[in-house]
This record gives sequence, C-alpha cells and structure tokens, in this order.
Amino acid sequence: MTRPLLQISGLSVRFGGLTAVDRLDLTVEAGAIHGLIGPNGAGKTTAFNLIAGAVRRSAGEIRLDGAPVEGLPPYARVRRGLARTFQNIRLFGEMTALENILAGMHTRLKGSLFEILLRPDKTRRVERDAVTEARALLDFVGLAAVARRRAGELSYGDQRRVEIARALAAAPKLLLLDEPAAGMNPAETRALSELLQRVKARGVTVLLVEHDMGLVMRLCDKITVLNFGRKIAEGAPREIRADRQVIEAYLGAESAHALASP
Amino acid sequence: MAQIDDFLWTYQNLLASLGVNGLLALSMYVVLAIGQLSLGQAAFMGLGAYASALLTLKLDAPFPAVIAASMLVPAAVALVIGAPTLRLSGVYLALATVSLGEILRVVLVESDLTGGALGLSGIPEKAGLPLIFACLALALVAFTLICRSRIGRAMEAIREDEIAASASGIDLPAYKMAALVASAMLAGLAGALNAHISSFISPNEYGFDAAVTILSFALLGGIGSPFGPVIGAFILTLLPELLRPLHDYRLVVNGLIIVFAVLFMPHGLLVWPIGRIGAKA
Repeated sequence: MTRPLLQISGLSVRFGGLTAVDRLDLTVEAGAIHGLIGPNGAGKTTAFNLIAGAVRRSAGEIRLDGAPVEGLPPYARVRRGLARTFQNIRLFGEMTALENILAGMHTRLKGSLFEILLRPDKTRRVERDAVTEARALLDFVGLAAVARRRAGELSYGDQRRVEIARALAAAPKLLLLDEPAAGMNPAETRALSELLQRVKARGVTVLLVEHDMGLVMRLCDKITVLNFGRKIAEGAPREIRADRQVIEAYLGAESAHALASP
Repeated sequence: MAQIDDFLWTYQNLLASLGVNGLLALSMYVVLAIGQLSLGQAAFMGLGAYASALLTLKLDAPFPAVIAASMLVPAAVALVIGAPTLRLSGVYLALATVSLGEILRVVLVESDLTGGALGLSGIPEKAGLPLIFACLALALVAFTLICRSRIGRAMEAIREDEIAASASGIDLPAYKMAALVASAMLAGLAGALNAHISSFISPNEYGFDAAVTILSFALLGGIGSPFGPVIGAFILTLLPELLRPLHDYRLVVNGLIIVFAVLFMPHGLLVWPIGRIGAKA
C-alpha cells in the first residue's frame, strides 16, 4: 500500500527572477488521492505542469514508478503512465464525446501505418474493440447517453467528465487533475467527488490540484500545502486542518472557521 | 470506341491536369489536416518535375526509378525544412515554404543544368492518363483508410488542439514531420507525372501563383475528407475551360468564386466529414 508512485525531489523552476517552485519534495503513494493546495500564485499549477511535462524544470528530479521522466515531452509521459486534465477544459470540441475518448486511447491502440493501409480488416477489428472500451469508459463517468454528441456542445460539468474519461482512456498509473471542481455548482462537485472515489477504486492514483477545500478535505488521503513555491505543510486532512501554520500563514481566519465546520 | 478515342485525344491535356491537380490537392490536404499551412506545394512539385526530367533526359534512367526519385528528392528537402520550423507553432512553416519556392525559382532560372528560364523540353511522354489516374485513385484509397483509423483521429486531434493532443499521448513532432514529408512526396510525384506528359517544364510553373492555386483547391473543397480537396481541384481546373467564352473576364469570375466559397462555405463544398470505423454504431 505504501509504494511510492511519484517521487519528486529538490524540484525548482525559475522564471527570470521569480522562483515559482522552490526545492519541492513530494511523494505520492500508489493508490492514494493526493491533494496539492495553496493560495493563488503558490506554485500549484506550475508544479502540476512540471510533472505533466508542459514546463521544464530548472533543477531537481521527477520519478514515476522509479524511472526519471524529466526531459520527456508531455506525449512521452503519457506512455509512461501519466495522464492529465486541464484547468480550462481542453476537449476536441468538433469531435463527439466518444471520439474524444478514442483519441485518449491513442497510445494503446495497435496498428502501424502499414497495417492500416494493407490490413483494413485488422484495423476494423481494432477500432471496433476500441469503441466498445470507449463506451464503457463513458458509461463509467455516467455519460453513455451523450456518446454521439459533439463534445463542444455538452454542458460544462459533462465536459469535465469527458475530459477525465479521456485521461483515463490512456490507462494511466497517475491521473493529474488541475482544479476539476472549478466552476462547478455544489451538486456537480458532489458528483465529481463520488466519481473520483470510483477512479481510486479502479486502482488509479490521483494527484489533485484544487481550490475547493470541502472537496479536498473529504476526498484526499494526504494533502501537501504550498505557499510561495515552497511546501509549508503535509499530512492527512485532519492534520492539515489543525496545522496552525497553514491556518494562519495561508488560509487566514475566515477559512479557518470554515474548516472547523466542514 | 472511335468517339471515346476522339474525346481522349482532344481533351488529353485537360484530363491530365485534372489528375495532376487532384494529386496536388491531396498533398495540400495532408498538411492542412494537421492544422499546418505550407505554401511550398508548388516548389515540391517543381523539385519532383526537375529531378525526374533531368534523370530521364541526361541519364536515361528507367521510369520507375525516375518516379521514385521524384518523390525522394522533395521528401529530403521537406526533412531539412521541417526540422527547424515544425518545432515552432504558427506561420513559420508557411514562411519557410514560401522562401523555398523563391529559392528554387532563382536556382532554376540561373542554372545551366536546368535550362535556365527556358526550362527543359523534349521530355518523353512516359506517363499516360491511366498511370496518372491510378496514382490518384491509389492515393485516395490510402487517405481514406488512414482517415478512418487511429492515425486519422490523431491528425484531427492535432488540428483541433495541439496541447490536448500531446496530453493524449500523440507524438506531435513525428506527426507533423510525417505529414510534411508525405505532402512533399505527393507533390513531387504530381510534378514528375506532369513533366512526363506535357513534355515541357519551366521555372514559372512552380511559383507563388501555383502555390496559392493549390491551396485554393483544398479551401474550396474543404478538408473534412480527402475527397473534398480533389473535388475542389476538379472544379477549379474545369472552370477556366467552361468560362472560356468570357475571354479575359474568366479569371475575375474564377477569383470571385473562390472568394465567395471562402466567405460563405468556410468548411468547403464537401462538408461531410469522413466516417470513422464504429463511429456510427
């Protein structure tokens, strides 16, 4: 249970004079939902982008399942077992929900260019099987009914779900979620929370960057708190909730009250 | 039969242009299909035409080898251009390919080997209509198979959102390079076929005007399916012939049709995208 899946040590990134992430050490255990929180500008999203490969590190090491991944572009990290979603949803809007999931399965679908050109029968079989699996994934996130709809015309909450399903389609070891509850109403957030529990039950480890404290406290096994690019606290939700440094230096008095009665 | 022979003999040049322009439209399509803009299709065509004509005239090389070379030479140039420009997003590929056209034109005009501004003439007619249309049909079948597969889906994903495509595990640099190289090879093939049926080539045929004409094939037809650009090429090749009674005004009408097509049919004439396997299920 306590096998480390993601190990980050001494990770730093500087943009000109600004150190956005400063010597961050972070370990995500396999099978856990790990929360990464902090006020605006704390470096959460930068840390997230460093892990996903969208930003290059200045120093430090990122290991996934023991193997270093720094220097690999985002698409190569997907093959290593890292899939992500985006804060401002990025679906293929003109494609159907189903096709979005199929695009997410890209790295797992077999068939070289030559097979596609010379063995149409085989390609047809591969694609048929892929469609079956993609439908199952849409069903998993509760969207079987909209499989044939254009992704761009789905509701906001549904688009979030399609994006999570597309990331799961890569069969990742670690799922990186960038503020999945942003812009959601309380009912949608509850449904998201329930979905993420089921993602965890599938055996997928989750690293969650999120502003919604209620969701983070309810869902996460472990929470890391960043401020000004540095880790200021780490522990179980109830430890973070009681951490004076977190409450005073970061959350402030108002939120401290909110946390006392979740 | 006599009537068919008559027809073929009268319209041989026009029919050959249809086939060649269809291939050029497909070469434009491959690049546009992944959201890139190349204005070097005419230059790639010129490279193929000159490489093949020189091999035939100077070395008397066997025709299959000539055809292979007409695809490999532009492919090598595409690799050289693509390596630095495809890493960047935006208009860099368009700029680099425009420059390629200009460089090629200057080299062709100045070089004695290529016959200078007069070009090369007396190229034997080794490419007949059957070969040209077989190439076009083969290319269309290949693109249809690719479009319906995971590769076609990945290309559409790149066209829609490169960052999301990369996050889905799609190897962006490899796809962009493969598309540019495939596009250069098709244009080179079209150039070689054209050279070996019209028997004469000159630097003027591969300038910026030609590049824009090839782009307009794809814009008119639409890039939702490989058939769109080919239909666009057929229309824009036949149109000047049909408008011949208008004399000099036909170019104006030609231009107006393109403007209206782009304004009122932004997805092109053929708006139906190609169905992927299982997508209708």
